[in-house]
Amino acid sequence: MLYRETGQFKTSYQADQAIFPIAQDRWFIFGIIAIAVFVVPFLIDDYGANAVLLPFLVYAMAAIGLNILTGYCGQLSLGTGGFMAVGAYSTYKLFTAFPDLNLIVIVILSGLITAAVGVLFGLPSLRIKGFYLAVATLASQFFLVWMFNKFGWFYNYNMTGMINMPASTMFGLQLTGPGAHPAVRYLFCLGFVLVFALVAKNIVRGRLGREWMAIRDMDIAAEIIGIRPLYAKLSAFAVSSFYVGMAGALYFGIWLSSAEPVEAFDINQSFLVLFMIIIGGLGSIMGSFLGAAFIVLMPLVLKNFMVDGLDIAVVTAKHVEIITMGMLIIFFLIVEPHGLARLWTIAKEKLRLWPFPH
Amino acid sequence: MTETAQQMTSAKKIGDVVLAVDNISLSFGGVRALSDISFQVREHQVLSIIGPNGAGKSSLLNVINGFYHPQEGTITYRGVTRKQMKPHQAARQGIARTFQNIALFKGMSTLDNIMTGRNTIMTRNVLWQALRVGPALQEELAHRHRVEEIIDFLEIEHIRKTPVGKLPYGLQKRVELGRALAAEPSMLLLDEPMAGMNVEEKQDMSRFVLDVNSEFGTTIVLIEHDMGVVMDISDYVVVLDYGRKIGDGLPDEVRSNQDVIDAYLGVSHD
Repeated sequence: MLYRETGQFKTSYQADQAIFPIAQDRWFIFGIIAIAVFVVPFLIDDYGANAVLLPFLVYAMAAIGLNILTGYCGQLSLGTGGFMAVGAYSTYKLFTAFPDLNLIVIVILSGLITAAVGVLFGLPSLRIKGFYLAVATLASQFFLVWMFNKFGWFYNYNMTGMINMPASTMFGLQLTGPGAHPAVRYLFCLGFVLVFALVAKNIVRGRLGREWMAIRDMDIAAEIIGIRPLYAKLSAFAVSSFYVGMAGALYFGIWLSSAEPVEAFDINQSFLVLFMIIIGGLGSIMGSFLGAAFIVLMPLVLKNFMVDGLDIAVVTAKHVEIITMGMLIIFFLIVEPHGLARLWTIAKEKLRLWPFPH
Repeated sequence: MTETAQQMTSAKKIGDVVLAVDNISLSFGGVRALSDISFQVREHQVLSIIGPNGAGKSSLLNVINGFYHPQEGTITYRGVTRKQMKPHQAARQGIARTFQNIALFKGMSTLDNIMTGRNTIMTRNVLWQALRVGPALQEELAHRHRVEEIIDFLEIEHIRKTPVGKLPYGLQKRVELGRALAAEPSMLLLDEPMAGMNVEEKQDMSRFVLDVNSEFGTTIVLIEHDMGVVMDISDYVVVLDYGRKIGDGLPDEVRSNQDVIDAYLGVSHD
């Protein structure tokens, strides 16, 4: 009953093109953002930040990036882990070379460097499509991780081969390194994710986004109405890698603080982000958030339920978790390829008409 | 053709030659799809290309908008002669087209499909789009306004937000025409715009084609199998058979051309 758009008349195209055209949706989202900004920082502790909130924000950023490439432009990529590594190592190199540089600038620069690398590895997409492109991006995944492990310059020739984020402050508060307050780290990531989610939404509902979707839906027709496939595909790779690179920068710089390429950025990362956008919803910014939340929270909930609730051994619980994940992927691919975002839309449609079926 | 329709079409101002197709030959391996085709299209004209199945009509349209590259011959559009070009270059010259098998972007709404048609004439770069303020927002809204006019013109207001994959065939054809019109083309290539439609839908579509021609002054080249429609709405007709041009002229001349009658009805070999 509360969810009605009755009486909400749109008198301009601008109002009609708003991200959330229905007022109730708008207030709901504003409410969540307000809680995230003003309430959560006071409740947050180290466990909450490291196990739930930072992973969610970092993966949401990466999922937005992959969704731009795979969901909007239709180019399947398995190189997400590798591109996150580029973002992380760029942050490390930039920060150790210019310790005075603001971390906001460093994260954005890392994104730009990753964008350039992404364009380079996106070049094969002009010739190959679908699974074959996925294999080509898989090559980038293995090549990049190998490269960061192989050449000492990337980790400043330290003995362990790992990269460690030095301590730094922003506005007088410690942001990185050991002892940083979880609320500060959380707000830094939250700020990035909120701003760049809005930017992503603006891009995908603008000219460039329509070009990507046109290429995704029918590339020949897109070319005939004047879209250059070269420009559209490479711009998708660039923007996507920009986001994935920033996610990698936050992943290493804020969340983990230390990383080792073979473990932190392996192929499983690529698959995890791909699962997020499949479950969350291909071609939806909202879906990127839903998918990230789902995949970050599901193992925690399952673990709590099985280990603490049913007293199942931790190893068995881990296996059940992997099985559940696999089943969910198959379920979503068959039943609802547009993922949680579509279920969300359907639920809203039903709610609008409730209590009537039509 | 009725008397009034004839007066209407003959009263229309037909201008100079805008598109000249000269000695086009196209083959795929050993199959000769087009041989030595030449004809001219004049400004504001409605020109129909007809012929039996496999005559090379669609191939000819594909050559005109740069999708196929002919082995011989040239295309001259508004004084620019070309041999090899990419489809997006043709689009930027002002040539838009629709397809025989609908080629809409199925995952996008009607509105987005038609907006995509205007992409070539939108200019703001990605940074402006990302911020979506000031000039970028104004541009988006201005184009939306034009798109709404096209939606209005084609009478598809009610399906504005519907994903086109869910629309019935006749409406999809109309959306596709809308997407082609959105680019404000100076020439429109229509590949069987009325295929698979019932009489009423054909009448609607014919009306849209004639309205586009008279209101926007767009030159139209269309392929159609329904001879009634062709004879009624065309100013000029080109007939192909087995990749060769076997006749052209005003609709009435073509109707009485013996080669054309033979091609359509067959010849007795006695």
